[in-house]
Amino acid sequence: MIRTTSLRFTYQNTKTHTFNFPDIDLSFEQNALILGPSGVGKTTLLHLMAGLLIPKKGNVFIGNTCVHQLTRNQLNNFRGKHIGIIFQRAYFIKSLTLLENLRIREKLSKKTTDQHRRKRLLEQLELTEVRNKKVHELSEGQRQRLLIALGVIHKPKVIFADEPTSNLDDKNCEKVISLLKKEAQICKSNLVIITHDQRVKSHFNKHIIL
Amino acid sequence: MNTLLSILLLTLSILLATFVLQISKQLNHHLEKNSKPFDMVIGAKGSPLQLVLSAILHIDNPTGNISLDEALRISKNPMIKEAIPVSYGDNYRGYRILGTSDEYVRKYGATLKEGELNTKNFETVFGAEVAKNLNLSIGDSFVSSHGLIQNEIEAHDEKPFVMTGILAPTGTVVDHLIITNLESIWEVHEHKDERLEHHEEHKEITALLLNFRNPIGALQLSRSINKDTSLQGALPKFEIDRLLNFLGIGFQAINAIAMAILLVAGLSIFISLIKTVRERKHELALLRTYGATTFQLLKLVFFEALFLSLIGYILGWLLGRISILLFSALDSDTYKYHFEASTPDIKEFLILVIVIFMTILAAILASYSLFKLNISKNLADA
Repeated sequence: MIRTTSLRFTYQNTKTHTFNFPDIDLSFEQNALILGPSGVGKTTLLHLMAGLLIPKKGNVFIGNTCVHQLTRNQLNNFRGKHIGIIFQRAYFIKSLTLLENLRIREKLSKKTTDQHRRKRLLEQLELTEVRNKKVHELSEGQRQRLLIALGVIHKPKVIFADEPTSNLDDKNCEKVISLLKKEAQICKSNLVIITHDQRVKSHFNKHIIL
Repeated sequence: MNTLLSILLLTLSILLATFVLQISKQLNHHLEKNSKPFDMVIGAKGSPLQLVLSAILHIDNPTGNISLDEALRISKNPMIKEAIPVSYGDNYRGYRILGTSDEYVRKYGATLKEGELNTKNFETVFGAEVAKNLNLSIGDSFVSSHGLIQNEIEAHDEKPFVMTGILAPTGTVVDHLIITNLESIWEVHEHKDERLEHHEEHKEITALLLNFRNPIGALQLSRSINKDTSLQGALPKFEIDRLLNFLGIGFQAINAIAMAILLVAGLSIFISLIKTVRERKHELALLRTYGATTFQLLKLVFFEALFLSLIGYILGWLLGRISILLFSALDSDTYKYHFEASTPDIKEFLILVIVIFMTILAAILASYSLFKLNISKNLADA
């Protein structure tokens, strides 16, 4: 469950422009697509919902938690445990291997690590064979799938994905979307994708247009 | 590159600091240990430091010979507890042959390891180092040569010495000496003294080593000797302290240089950390989204810094010890002393504490920006 109430946000360096976001209300396991042209604040909204940015006004509720009333440490904890983010750009810990990146994600989430889950996820994403490779040795597609793995490994309440298909061809786009949906189902979480990719539209019922 | 430079700087400063600390510590210890058995040296007039260096530490040339009779007269003074005459001037392959009484060896706590102590003329016992370095075995005879430096020209061929025993190592000057009795030294040099009938009256020794019943005695006697006789009395403790004071200035200068380099190393670590934090901002922000707290990121930076410092410190320490061994190998012939690569001591531990403290400071200053790390900005498409 995820709900936002009259979210507003202003970047400090451009005080003149304030983002006003429409209220979002997703029920249990409901997925949604946030659509809109570049510069309209899609990533800002995602970062607000994920607790990476503090809104000027309004609030975000995930499950029964009011995200922006948490203390600093509670927020850290909450992010680690309940939020999974698939970033647009491939950020990893470069000096570590694929498996080590996953492990560090699990460890910082402070949830009990589930070896079975990790193994199955790697198999599903076809990463088992390259699990001991350093991140920079991976192919583009493998990195994309690792990003997904890092977003879902800890079974978060909400999975946020920022333009997950922008660099992919039709076939891989299809594959990534179905993987994300399947993982959201396994984790029993909400899947929120922001995109301007028209190909994704048909896969989701709920569209939020900014 | 930057990181490597920091480690190198740190290594260099630790190398210098531990090297100087060890050298000065071991030198102090060595000089004190060797001069402690005697309160005073009486020898020919000249530099008192030279007298102490030659008669006690056996690293300098003697100031000259003194008459045995005169020396014996002084030693009758009731304040004197014991007097040990020493006479030297010959060597065997560069090792000094010291004519003295039995007490000399006992004063340095040397015990016999093999064979027997010298009892008759021309019998000798070898110090541990001498025995180790010269390939002689007990019963072998050898010929001394005149002077204190090895030479084959002025050999006393007609009066060979016999090796009768080897002393156990003591860590003192005794290890580097060949010890015989006074009479042997006199006899070796008899051929120079053509007037045999006068010989008895002209017996000479190089120095007389004294111990007093109380310390005031030493001061009083040295004053009267220096004033009233043609001899001089030197106080080893006083002369050694003077020598160490001279050396201390040098040691302090090198220590100051080491500390300056340590500061630069600290600065370099700080700069390298700032660079690391800046380069890894994305990774650090990513870790924050994984649930890591600012404090955990601080720990990461700190451990990286600590890792650098410890590598630098350990490397510097090891190189410092290796340098001491090299230094020792190069100079032991000149100073008759081996420096040892000893275990870490308290001062080196103190340096380690300083280094760690400096690291903590550098890490905290360098990670100041982490407190204001903007996760969103660093991970957004920019």
